[in-house]
Amino acid sequence: MSRKFDVVVIGAGPAGYVAAIRATQHGLSTACIDAWLTPDGDPALGGTCLNAGCIPSKALLESSELYHRAAVEFHAHGIGVGDLSLDLDTMQARKERIVCDLGGGIGALFKANGVTGLFGRGRLLPDLKVQYTPHDGEAELLEADHVILATGSVPVELGAAPFDGEHIVDSSGALSFQSVPERLGVIGAGVIGLELGSVWKRLGAEVTILEAMDRFLFMVDGQIARESQRQFKKQGLDIRLGAKVRESERTGEGILLKYDDEQGGHEICVDKVVVAVGRRAETTDLLDPLAGVDLGERGLIEVDEHCRTSAPNVWAVGDVVRGPMLAHKGSEEGVMVADLIAGEVAEVNYAVIPSVIYTAPEIAWVGKTEEQIKAAGINYKSGTFNFAASGRARAMDQAAGLVKILSDADTDRILGVHICGPLAGELIGEAVVAMEFQASTEDLQRTIHGHPTLTEVIHEAALSVDRHAIHAINL
Amino acid sequence: MTIEIKVPQLPESVTDATLVAWHKAPGQAVQRDENLVDLETDKVVLEVPAPANGVIAEIKVENGATVTSGQLLAILEPGETAATDTAAPVAVSTDVTETAGGDRGGKSSDKLSPAVRRLLEEHDIDPSLVRGTGKGGRILKSDIQNFIDQRPHPEAVSAEMPLTPELAEPLFDQRSEHRIPMSRLRARIAERMVEAQQTAAMLTTFNEIDLTEVMALRTRYKDVFEKKHGVKLGLMSFFIGAAIEALRRFPILNASVEDNDIVYHDYFDVGIAVSTQRGLIVPVIHNADRLSFADIENAIREYGVKAREGTISMDDLTGGTFTITNGGVFGSMLSTPILNPPQSGILGMHTIAQRPQVVDGDIVARSMMYVALTYDHRIIDGSEAVQFLVAIKQSLEDPARLLLQV
Repeated sequence: MSRKFDVVVIGAGPAGYVAAIRATQHGLSTACIDAWLTPDGDPALGGTCLNAGCIPSKALLESSELYHRAAVEFHAHGIGVGDLSLDLDTMQARKERIVCDLGGGIGALFKANGVTGLFGRGRLLPDLKVQYTPHDGEAELLEADHVILATGSVPVELGAAPFDGEHIVDSSGALSFQSVPERLGVIGAGVIGLELGSVWKRLGAEVTILEAMDRFLFMVDGQIARESQRQFKKQGLDIRLGAKVRESERTGEGILLKYDDEQGGHEICVDKVVVAVGRRAETTDLLDPLAGVDLGERGLIEVDEHCRTSAPNVWAVGDVVRGPMLAHKGSEEGVMVADLIAGEVAEVNYAVIPSVIYTAPEIAWVGKTEEQIKAAGINYKSGTFNFAASGRARAMDQAAGLVKILSDADTDRILGVHICGPLAGELIGEAVVAMEFQASTEDLQRTIHGHPTLTEVIHEAALSVDRHAIHAINL
Repeated sequence: MTIEIKVPQLPESVTDATLVAWHKAPGQAVQRDENLVDLETDKVVLEVPAPANGVIAEIKVENGATVTSGQLLAILEPGETAATDTAAPVAVSTDVTETAGGDRGGKSSDKLSPAVRRLLEEHDIDPSLVRGTGKGGRILKSDIQNFIDQRPHPEAVSAEMPLTPELAEPLFDQRSEHRIPMSRLRARIAERMVEAQQTAAMLTTFNEIDLTEVMALRTRYKDVFEKKHGVKLGLMSFFIGAAIEALRRFPILNASVEDNDIVYHDYFDVGIAVSTQRGLIVPVIHNADRLSFADIENAIREYGVKAREGTISMDDLTGGTFTITNGGVFGSMLSTPILNPPQSGILGMHTIAQRPQVVDGDIVARSMMYVALTYDHRIIDGSEAVQFLVAIKQSLEDPARLLLQV
């Protein structure tokens, strides 16, 4: 007699676990299967985000930034640090503790909401049956009214520099280095490459980032990307664009990376290599061919705008489907699907999803870039304001960067907000809310922002769109 | 000593009225002059104000009932009360249904964003007239800009509300229907439309007018005009002026058919068709031939205010020997208006667009408007109709003719 549930979720990352909790909030009996095992062999909820992505990277970014600021900036505050030392083991242990606590937190939420957490692998069979194979046990057949696939993504491997688990690693490996590499090569200057590169640079590594594309951060607004590049250069982050890695070779000296760019062939020798060239959907062993779920390009599960797959009552959310590979996008899709299953009207507004890069300065944006607006032929206007003119930013000693706002010149509707600067990831929230309510620039102009805060920079940028910023000379 | 609230004396031609909605419930406190209930007739909605401060003791007639002149509606207990208005007014208008994501913007001021509030105040716009296209029907800044751009000068005439309730996005995955009985006003409009079609031999003739000169005149004098007369110089006064000149020359367009007689009117009462939330109404500018441009603009503006406030009276809507309608505010390029019985002619204005014209052998961009004249072919011949329209065209293309009456 197989167990039956209203909803079976496969994957307990931010998309899966959120979908499961939301489903139980609707009174649906829900099971959530997850296969993650920590290096120690223990199951852990939270997926890539919690265990090998968002959370651990933020922990290390924070620690490394504090270390860096202590080393480089404290003296300007009149704070003498004496002999600054780094204990990487302690730093890693702190990270592990945070990850462990939060994972436990998800477990507690599951328990409180009545989600049946199942540790092992899940495989979708035809007719809404799911084969669940526990880590240590016999396979079991589950029956469901609805199945939500949320198996996420895995790092893409580079043929020129295949993972060896020790010297050439993926992002998970890069988060777990037991010692600071002397020379670190990072392949890929995307979000992950930049964040990881920043961490180890601050902790003392000599970091070289090789990016195959000619343009830095091509998906970010050009002006913001250029400003960020300038800032990273100032920090000594060596980012080489147009550099395509051809081959890697293990030598006595370290790992030799051979790459080509406009000028020709080059080589660099590093101690460790992090490959961060992207992530791809993970559907290994997930779908029985007769289950009726179609895969699309790049191995993503094909879904419509409500995350329905080609198989009735089978849904898919998160990194395993189209759209930006962002945890909050996955979570909102999870909520939407749970709501739809419960018979409610639900949708995700894909046009207003914020993106954040947790470098220092942080980069965050929502809406359209100037390039996208130009390409669409929209009559637009834009305004910027520098953090250098912000009292709060100066007091915080983090006055680099700017806020940029792009608006429709005819309707005054805000089309995009782009930030490079301190706490950009937090500040962008205001813009997201404004854009959700289809606000005009004037709405932001007429909204009171506290002083002295970083949010004022958003206010002044809005005023600048119409050329009447108070704290800047309007050109 | 209780006060009886009764249906006011209804005008002669009106036999009864429909009680649309009570704004107060039994037990609720009211202030003197506060509107208690809306009564709808064929032509207008009448308000019944409270004669004194007090509390509604009893309501005698329910929403939707038919009432006659002098009928008892409610009992009011006069007296000062600590007005604790806890019950929400019984709002609902019967002619439009709100649907999911309904687009009636800005009913409460907490849904209005700062930019919207500023614009509403600056232009003295009633938010309930603006269609909101934002989240949950909210009014966006662009909605107000569109509203301002599309309504005819002067500010008065409210033209944005759709005549039919529009469904916002179709309800998720449903193919349902819903049935709404026609409001009294709507039913009456429907009746008159069919009557016009079945009685007159309606035909429409078209022409186009180069309004470049008129627009230039307006631009040149708009500030001076507004300063001197306290009202904006719109397009309507020009068109009415031109229409009256043409009516003088072709009086048959100002006549009506009664049995086997043609009744010629020696006065010019021009109706201006206006679209309101509740439907189409045609307020009449009496003796328009004796009014100056400023007088006409003021009259239109006043009607706009009255229409918004629901205080248009029966007299305002009766009579009329000729009507002008403007579909241009909605973007109409060309249309065939229906006669307003018992009138024999109606002039339709449309959008003004830049179109290439040949002037002195050169191709130039001019401000053009297509115009339509629907006429009753029983008494008006094609040649008269065409010449009438040509006369209007000529007056407007060379406004000096209006001055000189040639």
